[in-house]
Amino acid sequence: MSHPHRTQNIAFFFLLLATLLIVVPVGLIVVIIVQKGLPAINGQFLLDIPRQGMRAGGIFPAIVGTVYLVTGAIIFALPIGLLAAIYLSEYSRENMLTRLIKLAIVNLAGVPSVVYGLFGLALFVVFFKFGASILSGSLTLGIMILPIIITASREALESVPSSFREVSLSLGASKWQTIRHIVLPNAIPGILTGTILGLGRAAGETAPILFTVAAFYLPRLPHSIFDQAMALPYHLYVISTQVPNVDEKTRYGTAFVLLALVLVMNIIAVVIRTKFRKKKKW
Amino acid sequence: MRKFKEFVIEKLILLCGLASIFFVILIFLFLLKEGLALFKIESPLKFLFGKSWYPISEPPRLGILPLILGSLLVTAGAAVISVPIGVGCAVYIAEVAPLRIREVLKAGIELLAAIPSVVLGFIGMVTLVPLVKNMFHLPTGLTALSGSIMLAFMAMPTIVSIAEDALYSVPKTYKEGAFALGATHWQTIWRVMLPAASSGILAAVMLGIGRVIGETMAVMMITGNAAVIPRSILAPVRTLTATIAAEMGEAVVGSEHYFALFAIGIVLFVISFAINVTADLCLHKKQS
Repeated sequence: MSHPHRTQNIAFFFLLLATLLIVVPVGLIVVIIVQKGLPAINGQFLLDIPRQGMRAGGIFPAIVGTVYLVTGAIIFALPIGLLAAIYLSEYSRENMLTRLIKLAIVNLAGVPSVVYGLFGLALFVVFFKFGASILSGSLTLGIMILPIIITASREALESVPSSFREVSLSLGASKWQTIRHIVLPNAIPGILTGTILGLGRAAGETAPILFTVAAFYLPRLPHSIFDQAMALPYHLYVISTQVPNVDEKTRYGTAFVLLALVLVMNIIAVVIRTKFRKKKKW
Repeated sequence: MRKFKEFVIEKLILLCGLASIFFVILIFLFLLKEGLALFKIESPLKFLFGKSWYPISEPPRLGILPLILGSLLVTAGAAVISVPIGVGCAVYIAEVAPLRIREVLKAGIELLAAIPSVVLGFIGMVTLVPLVKNMFHLPTGLTALSGSIMLAFMAMPTIVSIAEDALYSVPKTYKEGAFALGATHWQTIWRVMLPAASSGILAAVMLGIGRVIGETMAVMMITGNAAVIPRSILAPVRTLTATIAAEMGEAVVGSEHYFALFAIGIVLFVISFAINVTADLCLHKKQS
């Protein structure tokens, strides 16, 4: 006869092992980058332009470029994403069209990031003649993060109890007034979480900006939205693979700044979500 | 007046609701617009099954078989690593871990999902690549194996979170029934929970693989980028995604090379579309 409990112990050991095989390397990655990247961080590194073919100086233009791109992406994606979420949560019925929209969102989320790059190149850079510019890059990133914003906002809207809507409607408010004054305010933390996660994703992606905006080496700040710009993720790619003899400290420092930027945004999102869940009384 | 304003707003909401469909179609159309131009010059069969990719030779040779095989090899390697570990981790989090540890583990997985792929690629370059090189005494550590290991990590958050959801959505009564019949916890997991969650877990695996096929930066940084038909997992390879990312910067707009890279984009789009639709069907089956 087999020993069910011994089998169970062995099985649980392997499950724990699998979990550790994921979580321990993640911890290591963060620790390595913090340990080797943090010493590189100082005022000059953060606020100076790159010098000597990116072997010295700082990464300021890349930081600014990423901030511009992310801002542009969110200006484009947030209104569309939020209204799309309102449609799905408040107006749509269980029919073929809704099913198609949901399928489209899933597919949009699954399109490889480099394909977004191609699309941005074909539509914005070549067809609309925006050229490689902050505008083209922002729009490309904006479409890429649309599914994140729609999904998170929809969940937030749907978690507002239907009794809230019924009360408002029964008091004579119209459907839009109900959404605007009752549903939306109660869904703001969830929408904010989704928006910040979208920001983090847009800040970290490289492939969509490769051919739509990213400048290899541009030691100045962009002048307008039709200007090319450096960006942090592309800069990290460039100094780790394309430029020989870059100081290791500079590479780790850049990786640290990018990772810190993305993780801080994610942590803020998680904190908002947790606080909101605790406060929620319905 | 207010009626009119609401009418406009509601139409605007409907329009944005349809935006996702619009963008999916727009992406596909623009890939087709640029990519199909290639097939006026090159036959689709020669493109898909041609054995050499020399885009800038004269005349250019644009066969993507080496790239397809490169993608398949790296993806298969990543799947072999990430599926057992990912599903195992999902089971551990959903069924075994104590509540407080569960939250920590989930945060760790979310953290992994948030790390930008270029950062993972960089870390792979400085840690994994030398390790693989020394371990197998290779001339270079930039191999399909290094790519597979790194990509496995990028697939895991997807696999874990979707498989975990699938396990949670198994009705509690199933589990209680198994316990009542005297099954151990592990027997319940193995014989009841996993089969009941199988379609969701299958979807998790598919979406994880979809993530791997589409991954670009990390794979470009650590697989060595040799566009030849791979002979072993310890040889450098080049994937479909890395080819686009590495070469589009130099391709002249309107050249054969440019069209060919868009045609690769079509291939990738179709693959990811097929994976996502199938996975969605799996998840839908589970719900009904």
